[in-house]
Amino acid sequence: MTRLYALLVPLVVVLCVVSLTTGPADVGMAESLRALFAGGEGPMTLVMREIRLPRMLLAVMIGGSLGLAGAAMQGYLRNPLAEPGLIGVSGSAALGAVIAIQTGLSAAFALALPLMALAGAFAAVLILLAMAGPRGGSLTLILAGIAISALAAALTSLVLNLSPNPFAANEIVFWMMGSLADRSMVHVWLALPFMALGWVIFGTVGRGLDALTLGEDAAASMGINLVRLQWGVVIATACVVGAGTAVAGAIGFVGLVVPHILRPFTGGRPGALLLASALGGAAMLLASDIAVRVILPGRDLKLGVLTALVGAPFFLHLVWKVRRERA
Amino acid sequence: MSLLSLRALSVTLRERQVLDSVSLDVGPGELVGLIGPNGAGKTTLMRAALGLIGATGESSLAALSPEARAKAAAWMPQAREIAWPVTVETLVALGRLPHGRRPGPADRAAVDAALARMALEPFRHRTATRLSGGEQARALIARALAQDTPLVMADEPIAGLDPAHQIATMEVFRDLARDGHGIIVSLHDLGLAARHCTRVVVLAEGRMIAEGPPSEVMTADLLARAFHISAFHAETADGPVFQPLRVIR
Repeated sequence: MTRLYALLVPLVVVLCVVSLTTGPADVGMAESLRALFAGGEGPMTLVMREIRLPRMLLAVMIGGSLGLAGAAMQGYLRNPLAEPGLIGVSGSAALGAVIAIQTGLSAAFALALPLMALAGAFAAVLILLAMAGPRGGSLTLILAGIAISALAAALTSLVLNLSPNPFAANEIVFWMMGSLADRSMVHVWLALPFMALGWVIFGTVGRGLDALTLGEDAAASMGINLVRLQWGVVIATACVVGAGTAVAGAIGFVGLVVPHILRPFTGGRPGALLLASALGGAAMLLASDIAVRVILPGRDLKLGVLTALVGAPFFLHLVWKVRRERA
Repeated sequence: MSLLSLRALSVTLRERQVLDSVSLDVGPGELVGLIGPNGAGKTTLMRAALGLIGATGESSLAALSPEARAKAAAWMPQAREIAWPVTVETLVALGRLPHGRRPGPADRAAVDAALARMALEPFRHRTATRLSGGEQARALIARALAQDTPLVMADEPIAGLDPAHQIATMEVFRDLARDGHGIIVSLHDLGLAARHCTRVVVLAEGRMIAEGPPSEVMTADLLARAFHISAFHAETADGPVFQPLRVIR
């Protein structure tokens, strides 16, 4: 365990530095870091503080959140194929953003897009609460989540379908691919309160997730409040995924793949997996965001496209392994 | 002193009464065998006593706060769930969760004792999900023992174990009772119930139809009524021998 953190923490730090020093402005590592920390009047300070720093911070925050939410969701549902998008929050956050773009709100007021996306995530939580109630149980939660995802996807398609404006449709399609390019510190400050709230809640669920290893009945008999655990995981996931989708669009597969890779290194304990998975998620998103800038520097390769390209084959591998174990 | 006290405990699920006014006291030193045909309400009785399902009447355990109850009674459900590939040691240590956040020497001692009691030392570092069903059952019993509670309740803990481990497990329960614990186990092996339990409680169709020492309760008449079977029963130098013979129609 200690060895795992001794590997993950330096990896995240190194990737942060590489992320800060990667970009079209061709400046050396020492010089760009000096511009970031020492400041000054030059354009490099502006590039570092207004472009690269928010990009790096968002990669850490969103990647960490997705890893954390994925680990918590898998632990709560006791299913290695669960992922943060399962409860429909990312789909409905995307719908809110799409409506903001289509109606021109986002053009009139820059923060309309992330705020509408947060409103979409909030609406999804309200529907989940109404459907699964205080004592709905995990199956109701999954089914309601699937319905919400399907509805949000259908409404997003409807907006695209009826869009009279090809430019808006174009913008929607590219936004939905997910990206951290051209984000500012305003995006960081917008997402941070929600994410911080989610992280705090995730900090309290570890014990309950450990107990759930033995099933709901045994966990309840050990003093775990299952209702509080369920809504803790749901609300925290909604906070971090909603805020992440609001500022970066849909980024898939991080929350599915990272907990699965790291599980064997944490002895299988879902509580211990939370922190490891947060670090792993941050590392994976930092690496992916560096890769999109390095692989095709001139073409604006979207982050969500890359994570899905890497994640989907891994998902197939996962299904293959599960199939073989059950055979 | 009573470890569990039930007064007129009744459970109605989907407008069907599955448990009808059961009153029962279990004290230290007792190994209570809960017997009865499938669907008699054995699991429902134990879950209602723990407060895991809604019930009318009184249960001293259900009246406690969840945290206090977790220190008063350990519960091994019938469904043997192990969701993640944890080691046997980690699995057993989950029983220490109600005792605070940071594992200390007392927790390690309890885990070691539980592993030793269930003869799981050789399995300590094996992955629990890769063990056989019977080995998993023993690990889950050890998990409940590690909780180190005055009362232990287990739902069919010996189902699926080989004869040696069935006997050994009943002996572990008897030793625990002798050390001052109270144990309630549901089981279908009437022979083991007759030999090892200090008291048996017979449930049929949601009602308690008899309780007392096995030699007094497990009569031909009662077996015919509760289980629709006849049985061979003899007191030998080796203790009671009990063998169900045929179904009475």
